[in-house]
Amino acid sequence: MNNSPKKTPMAMQTPEARCRNFSEVALGYSPEEAVSEAQRCLNCKNHPCTEGCPVSVSIPAFISRVRERDFGGAYDVLSASTSLPAVCGRVCPQESQCEKFCVRGGKGEPVAIGRLERFVADAHAGRGSSPAPATNGHKVSVVGSGPAGLSCAGTLARMGYKVTVFEALHALGGVLVYGIPAFRLPKDIVAREIEELRALGVEFVTDAVIGRTYTVSELKEDFDAVFLGTGAGLPIFPGIKGENAKGVFSANEYLTRVNLMKAYEENSETPVFRGKQVAVVGGGNVAMDAARTARRLGGDVTVLYRRSEAELPARKEEIAHAKEEGVAFRWLTAPKEILTDAEENVTGVLCVRMELGAPDASGRCRPTEVEGSDHTVQADMVIFALGTSPNPLLKRTTEGLATGAHGEIVADGDGKTSLDKVYAGGDAVTGSATVILAMGAGKRAAEAIDRELREI
Amino acid sequence: MFFPLYYNNVMVSILKRQNLNETVVRMTFLAPPIARHAQAGQFVILRVDESGERIPLTVAGFDRERGTVDVIFQTVGGTTMQLGAKNEGESIADLAGPLGNPTVLDGLKKVAVVGGGAGCAIALPVAKELFRRGADVTVIAGFRSRALVILEEDLRACSSRFLLATDDGSAGEKGNVCIPLKRLLEEETFDEVIAIGPLVMMKYVAETTRPYGVKTVASMDPIMIDGTGMCGCCRLTVGGKTKFACVDGPEFDAHLVDFDEAIRRSRIYTDFEARKREEHCRLLR
Repeated sequence: MNNSPKKTPMAMQTPEARCRNFSEVALGYSPEEAVSEAQRCLNCKNHPCTEGCPVSVSIPAFISRVRERDFGGAYDVLSASTSLPAVCGRVCPQESQCEKFCVRGGKGEPVAIGRLERFVADAHAGRGSSPAPATNGHKVSVVGSGPAGLSCAGTLARMGYKVTVFEALHALGGVLVYGIPAFRLPKDIVAREIEELRALGVEFVTDAVIGRTYTVSELKEDFDAVFLGTGAGLPIFPGIKGENAKGVFSANEYLTRVNLMKAYEENSETPVFRGKQVAVVGGGNVAMDAARTARRLGGDVTVLYRRSEAELPARKEEIAHAKEEGVAFRWLTAPKEILTDAEENVTGVLCVRMELGAPDASGRCRPTEVEGSDHTVQADMVIFALGTSPNPLLKRTTEGLATGAHGEIVADGDGKTSLDKVYAGGDAVTGSATVILAMGAGKRAAEAIDRELREI
Repeated sequence: MFFPLYYNNVMVSILKRQNLNETVVRMTFLAPPIARHAQAGQFVILRVDESGERIPLTVAGFDRERGTVDVIFQTVGGTTMQLGAKNEGESIADLAGPLGNPTVLDGLKKVAVVGGGAGCAIALPVAKELFRRGADVTVIAGFRSRALVILEEDLRACSSRFLLATDDGSAGEKGNVCIPLKRLLEEETFDEVIAIGPLVMMKYVAETTRPYGVKTVASMDPIMIDGTGMCGCCRLTVGGKTKFACVDGPEFDAHLVDFDEAIRRSRIYTDFEARKREEHCRLLR
């Protein structure tokens, strides 16, 4: 038993070093560190941690195996519930999920469940995969190779379904490759998780934009079921003066250029704007990713957030890392106008101070403008990370697919849409959320597809 | 010909390559699913190689039977120079599409299609489809000089009336496309004017037709990355609202487009592009 009230620390690149590279910030546990941390787990009978996990990983069971140095066995426990353990161990907001319910967290820090998951997945790398299960004769198509799609595909493939995943981009992984930066989730980790799925018999078709290259009705003809995991859509702009000026970007565009197109590399064919004074507007994980990326590309970065630090929705670790890397924050600050010179280059952001009122429907305090508090934040580049609105493409090209007030695909708890044998999940249904919630939706839809197809 | 339904090309074959003038190239790719769904006015996104950038090119033609898609491009930047250096029998890394909304041609009886430079390549499938539907199609094609004229025969073949203009008067009438357009507008009316070409040309076509109240459509070709409505790079202001060319366009009411903003936004990476162009010039020499 390890009685330390603190998590076993994990080695990290120093802030000074990592500010200048795109290598992973956190370096992972050694086997000894992992075993030592595993010894902090009380192996609670009712395992409340599992309740906090959107894909219900048997957490004490995998940690017990780590304690016994049976890392392969620990991997088997993980992969029975999650299709992407190396990803989840890195990007899940554990503090508001599994670790939030850890009994050890009552007095001191919870067990470092995320770090252990990451360790187990990394230790498995190169060990070879379990053979593809015998096929059950059913074919399912999955649209989108992001967290929802991969989770759905993996769950179905393990049950013996023949799964084909269609991806619009040239690279597989969705937001895991275009959105989340390499310093938080190295791209070879994503590639490894996808190789695991290939080994299970999942096929991937890239450059296939469903609704355009193939239609949903074509997929319905050729497959027994269709899962739509197309992700979030169009970036939201605030609708203020100057938002289309040169030097104003959505976080999606900025991160896609850097992550997917590798614009940070010296000889990249894809350009990226390198701001010297960068203002990032927003407070979610995407805002943190954009801010830390801009820092690595040589900018002085300030995050403008209209609420206070307590309301910041980003993962705690990302906020801490951003601060260590020198990202500045201005709380209770909202942009009113992007200021430009005569050539429409950004020169600054006209901001207003906010104050917090009563909590709104989301439970967070509603910010309101403070009269006469206009002030200017100097900037030559502005990145908006204000979330996204659903992509209209599937709605426009798929007759009978019901969508909600904002254009999101309507699906029930199992992911069932208005169309027969068509399921959906992830950001396409919920709007911008987390990797793990999308994975949970993909997994639930896979189980519902299995129930529906087996009853035929 | 038989093609597998889900055509997972690792590479996309170039079946045909043809120089239309010194810098404009027509290329035919084998891309059966795209050919099967393509319509006039749509575009594709391609990458030349595994480290290449993603660029949008408008579909200049397609053959559903043969499963082929044509693009016509000007070798002006690093990527188009790389692409232009490819030969028949070679391949490129990626081709995705058809993207964007097809041109709306329903109910059009009398149309003027105005093409400028390499934009004439994009005007061709639109004119062709209108002509096939029995519309009265006037094509006005503008180029800098005779040496740069492309697709004259193809455009002539799908128009009831073909007018050619060059800046220096070396072919057709002297001047820009707005001169013959204005002359026609003085005498007759059109259901619609469709402008496809450089931003500056489309801006002046819009200004030329505005006083006559003729509906005018511009085919916008901004910088894009994903082309599917994810990044917002291709946004432009139309009627005071932010629109995304990839999913809301690429065609918009030319009288509502903020062309000055679009022109500024098209120049965001000018310095980078100039550097890449030089690198590729050196490599290809």
